[in-house]
Amino acid sequence: MHITFSEEELAFRAAVRTFFRDELPEDIRRKRTEGVPLAREDTIRFQKCLYEKGWAGVNWPVEYGGTGWSTVQKYIFATEMANADAPEIVPFGLGMVGPIIYTFGSEEQKQRFLPDILASNVWWCQGYSEPGSGSDLASLKTRADRVGDHYVVNGTKTWTTLGQHADWMFILARTSTDVARRQEGISFLLVDMQSPGVTIKPIITLDGEHEVNEVHFEDVKVPVENLVGEEGKGWTYGKVLLQHERTGTAGVARTNYRLKKLRQQAEKSVRGETPLAADRNFMRKIAATEVELKGLEFTELRTLAAVASGKAPGPESSILKFKGTELQQAVDELYLEAAGYYALPYVPDQYVLDYPQDDRVGEGGETRTSLRYFNFRKASIYGGSNEIQKNIVAKHVLGL
Amino acid sequence: MLVDSVEKFILNDYDFETRQKYAGSERGYSEEVWQSFAELGWTAVPFSEADGGFDGGPIELMLLMQQFGRGLVVEPYLANVVLAGGILSREANETQKQQWLQPIIGGELQAALAFVEPQARYDLANVATTAVADGDAWVLNGVKGVVLNGGNAELLILPARTAGEQADVAGITLFAVSADSDGISRRAYPTVDGHQAAEIDISEVRVGNDAVLGAADEGFASLSAVVDEATLAVCAEAVGIMQILTDKTVEYSKNRVQFGVPIGSFQALQHRMVDMLTACEQSYSLLLWATMANADGTQEARKAISAIKYQVGTAGKKVGQEAVQLHGGMGVTWELDVAHYFKRLTTIGQMFGNADWHLDNLVG
Repeated sequence: MHITFSEEELAFRAAVRTFFRDELPEDIRRKRTEGVPLAREDTIRFQKCLYEKGWAGVNWPVEYGGTGWSTVQKYIFATEMANADAPEIVPFGLGMVGPIIYTFGSEEQKQRFLPDILASNVWWCQGYSEPGSGSDLASLKTRADRVGDHYVVNGTKTWTTLGQHADWMFILARTSTDVARRQEGISFLLVDMQSPGVTIKPIITLDGEHEVNEVHFEDVKVPVENLVGEEGKGWTYGKVLLQHERTGTAGVARTNYRLKKLRQQAEKSVRGETPLAADRNFMRKIAATEVELKGLEFTELRTLAAVASGKAPGPESSILKFKGTELQQAVDELYLEAAGYYALPYVPDQYVLDYPQDDRVGEGGETRTSLRYFNFRKASIYGGSNEIQKNIVAKHVLGL
Repeated sequence: MLVDSVEKFILNDYDFETRQKYAGSERGYSEEVWQSFAELGWTAVPFSEADGGFDGGPIELMLLMQQFGRGLVVEPYLANVVLAGGILSREANETQKQQWLQPIIGGELQAALAFVEPQARYDLANVATTAVADGDAWVLNGVKGVVLNGGNAELLILPARTAGEQADVAGITLFAVSADSDGISRRAYPTVDGHQAAEIDISEVRVGNDAVLGAADEGFASLSAVVDEATLAVCAEAVGIMQILTDKTVEYSKNRVQFGVPIGSFQALQHRMVDMLTACEQSYSLLLWATMANADGTQEARKAISAIKYQVGTAGKKVGQEAVQLHGGMGVTWELDVAHYFKRLTTIGQMFGNADWHLDNLVG
């Protein structure tokens, strides 16, 4: 594990910094700065910039078009990307199904799917949770019955993030009930969202946004060649993927960046006649969060180093997930505190480009702090709730 | 008796779907419901009999607000009755009461007290809005922020500085100004909890001496006392919310089956729900103490109010977050009432001084 960067790593950092300074489309940069939500096309445009540069497959091996970066390079990249306030890479294609396909998929599947994932030509979404199967994912009921050269899929998936934008979905579905353990008999399938029988219904979250969906499958025909790996082994593949997801959700670099911005904002915010930065109560809370975050940063580096040396992310990735999301949420609370009364106005209409400054309610992003706080309560629930993560650590790390 | 009728109203006429419909309507609340509040005498609760009130006192107000919390009521009772009405009952002369307080009690007038300025954070005395005497008239200039009920209000009560420095306690005068006066411009918006507020720009607004409530330069005492009462009112509302969230979470945990058993059978979750219950009980106890201390006007009243607001800020946050977390994905959906209770607890935490602000008051 390197703490000081080598000459090469410093040069790499400079290159990444220059890239985000010069290549991030100006309108996207402005949207980020002004808190304007990105449209589907914005996200694709941004990811295509990375692709053109050869940086889309951050974690991918070189043979599939990935960067082949070292742990330190990935760390530098994530940090620079956060500091540039660049958009986040939507994880479902590049971060999730891509690695599953190049690890467990057939040669034909690799050739068919990987290039489009890498180039962000196809938008993927995830079909794991079901209305009756949240924390207890292995109880999932969506069925895929083999009929000739097809599976016929029936069931309901839920909390499908950005499914409204998706072209394809990867799902876990039950292909057999005649099994000793219910984790067996689950298969990993790739489903074209345009298939007859797929319907998608928005779920509005507490912040009033349409981010997640419920997806119904009624007699949806999925060709057998869309099965990834072996039939009945989907749980194993899915678990690997969940561990990737958990590692990815720590979000240390982003949280770091948000804390840094908050410090700057506190210098300006007014409390009575002094800036918030003069309030030691508040600044102590920022400092305490920074201490925790520094610890997590090095835990993440240790995990990444283990992965780099050929090990899959192990149970310690569960620690990253719950600690990381706890810290994200702690920072959300600090922003909320800083906003005072200006956490109250609900004015989403003012978060568009070129909104007249004089009509704006509150300064900077104050009026978005509560919506962000509300929205990110999801973070301790998704990807396996934090309670489930602690169960995993208790069982697999502590041996309880 | 009062509490029975409010409870009945919430149960029979104010279910969550109805509430959402009102919150999403043009005015953001139901004028019809407001009229029935007046007919039932609820708008008269905190006022003296001499003023045409119910002489209810703080305990009745507490019970009422607790029920409003359970029902997640969006009608502007706090802004119109407790805040604006509170100032008028304290400071208005007979003519002014006839003109403004009577119609509030009668359900005919919507009013707002603009006690926040953007730069002031939670300091009530930080008033940069100015009023300058010009012959028999006053000329007001300034900006008021997050004025609860500010968009629907026909009457605005504006604290303005008539003497002293920007954050001085002395030198604040209260003005009652018609919302459609020349020089008033408003940007109304809903708040994240489904209520309504507005930013108000005050530019060269001319009013006569008849707009002054109470003595010039001496408005702060009433402003502060009324905000104390409002603080107690939202704490009562918060306690009502915390109680119902705890009930709902326990109920959900008994019905939601994962791993073949109700999730309520997991000890890790049981202990957390016991903590939620404890938070409710502690909060309710502090609420009773503070309400009685304030009613008796004892020395410790200020301290007690800061204690309950601190408690509601911290324990309310905990209960709200836990209720959402234990409901899992459902807890973050718009469809379920749990999220909306959580949001209201959050905004209550941000109002009238957050937990840190009140802890500072207790430190002295």
